[in-house]
Amino acid sequence: MHADPKGVLTGVHFIDGDHACCEGLLAAGARFSSGYPITPSTEVVERFAQRIPTVGGVFIQMEDELAASITLQGAVWAGAKAFTVTSGPGFSLMMEHIGLAAMTETPCVFVDVQRGGPSTGLPTLPAQADMMQARWGSHGDYGMIALCPNSPQECFDLAITAFNLAEEFRTPVMLMLDECIGHMTEKVVIPEAEKIEVTPRRWTSEPPETFQLFKPKADMVPDMVKAGDGYSIHVTGLTHDERGYPNMTVDVQDRSVRRLVNKLTPLANERAIFETADLDDAEVVVVSYGITSRVAQRALKLAREQGIKAGKFRLISAWPFPTERLRALAGRVKAMVVPEINLGQMVLEVERAAAGKCKVIPVSHAGGTVHNPEVILKAIVEAAR
Amino acid sequence: MSDTLLEVLPEIPEDAHNPVEPFLRMDRMPHIWCPGCGIGTTVNCFARALQSSQVDLKKTVIVSGIGCTGRVAGYANLDSFHTTHGRAIPFATGMKLANPELNVVVYSGDGDLFAIGGNHFIHAARRNMDIKVVCVNNMIYAMTGGQTAPTTPGTSVTSTAPYGVYEPTFNLPALAEAAGASYVARWTTFHVKQVAKSMEEMMKKKGFCFIEIISPCPTLYQRRNKMGDALDAMKYYKEASKVRNGAPTSETTLSKTGEIVVGKFVDRDRPDYLEVLKAQMVSVLGDRYTEPENSCCEC
Repeated sequence: MHADPKGVLTGVHFIDGDHACCEGLLAAGARFSSGYPITPSTEVVERFAQRIPTVGGVFIQMEDELAASITLQGAVWAGAKAFTVTSGPGFSLMMEHIGLAAMTETPCVFVDVQRGGPSTGLPTLPAQADMMQARWGSHGDYGMIALCPNSPQECFDLAITAFNLAEEFRTPVMLMLDECIGHMTEKVVIPEAEKIEVTPRRWTSEPPETFQLFKPKADMVPDMVKAGDGYSIHVTGLTHDERGYPNMTVDVQDRSVRRLVNKLTPLANERAIFETADLDDAEVVVVSYGITSRVAQRALKLAREQGIKAGKFRLISAWPFPTERLRALAGRVKAMVVPEINLGQMVLEVERAAAGKCKVIPVSHAGGTVHNPEVILKAIVEAAR
Repeated sequence: MSDTLLEVLPEIPEDAHNPVEPFLRMDRMPHIWCPGCGIGTTVNCFARALQSSQVDLKKTVIVSGIGCTGRVAGYANLDSFHTTHGRAIPFATGMKLANPELNVVVYSGDGDLFAIGGNHFIHAARRNMDIKVVCVNNMIYAMTGGQTAPTTPGTSVTSTAPYGVYEPTFNLPALAEAAGASYVARWTTFHVKQVAKSMEEMMKKKGFCFIEIISPCPTLYQRRNKMGDALDAMKYYKEASKVRNGAPTSETTLSKTGEIVVGKFVDRDRPDYLEVLKAQMVSVLGDRYTEPENSCCEC
């Protein structure tokens, strides 16, 4: 279905990634946000707080990130599309509730504008060091979707995608910006509402007598109702059966947890979101995401100018990781170069996907600024030898 | 056989039923609570309050945190949410704000609401969020085996205070009043009529309401402190309770074996969060303010 025009600020804008992200969330139908201020993410909710009273919805600034990350889930179960926004330390505090959302299959969006860590780290400076935390940060096994925009336009576009995937798969989705993308100002084109596709919630058509809140459909995802619909639903973070009732047996644990992981499989491969260039003859592939993919662009250009057959693979859906795509690529290239603003996170996944079929070379950076493209170029040149 | 035992019917007729059954998920019985535990008594009162207050059950939700009382949500035949430890109140806040038509009840324990969740309690009271909070105070972390809570009275022995508790406790009615609650009452599980009546009042009252119910934990509090069984707790509640409606909450501090001041302490009216929000938006934005559509995700 199409976006509700009330939330769509159609036109050409010159705004930063945080503001564009907010517009994307509004266009996707978000009408509720519970937030807590933290640099460099706060602009997203500042804009939402300004916009939402005239669009029709609620913003509440909570007392901490623990509250913000569960208040939104109450709103979702009352029928709203809801999100929160944070950065490093706040993301750490939200982990338990990301697990709750995964376990209770609550569709929602968490935006993390990454900054340097650990701990308070570099509040105003960039990093990409929360990538593994986004995937594994809450305890236990569950699947995860994480999207990495590399421009303000993509902050807008992927905010919509994030909500659409959250609704389709009944799962929390991480939108992983970094400080540079969040604070980078560029042209953002917001189309008319009727040109924006929005995935509706999976409302059931079954009556209360037969409906089961956690009974999967053919795509492994169960349909939903909301509080007040007259279904007397029960939702718990405990291991539960298809009715939602606690059932802490090995069998139920096995089938529920496997489903939470496996329901996202389509996104890992055939529906993985990525961007490629110059792969046909590539001997060296640069695998990157977020701001680093834009720095890498320069290195790729310089490499081609030197006659090195270098190609691009940009991760847009970082989780689930597109393992098969990269494995296929690994079979026909010499090396993969993985620059990222951390000491080696997604490179571990690239290594796993490559499975020894090609060299995998990390280009790490502890954060605070972006790579010098020359450093990435050097890695490409060495890899091509 | 002691002649003090209550008279019990020789057998239960097949068609017998408890009048609160429609309010419970009978397919989940038996419940997990220990013999002598007071939580079931409070749930019985709650069911009766749902009946007497005539709230729309389809629009009534119950939210719990974690712990023994945290399991109440799972037995209530309502839309029910068993959330994370300490966070029932912010979850309930989100529900109320996204659909103000819902009657939102938070039902949880003292450790959940006042240790890990204490910050959320005071902020929800400050905001006068229109949610109803029931705290079953058994003065201990029972689910995890009897550890010290912020409500465990001085010198009590717990599994994490083997030489006796020496921290001061929270006085919950005083905390609730100071933070801004519209309605504050305290009873014990001996006072079943009063609990049910207070709960009925709470369901009809707008704004942040708080009821504390002192409840026995024979298994993990009383046994370790040689305080007898559930019946001894009832005798203590009966003898030590003093009904003082309107008592200053500065005088409601509890101790291990001392007086228990019970009653309704606060019943005041001030605009709730959504009323204040709307008034502010209308005063600044005028016609540009767009009221949220309930359950806006019809898409």
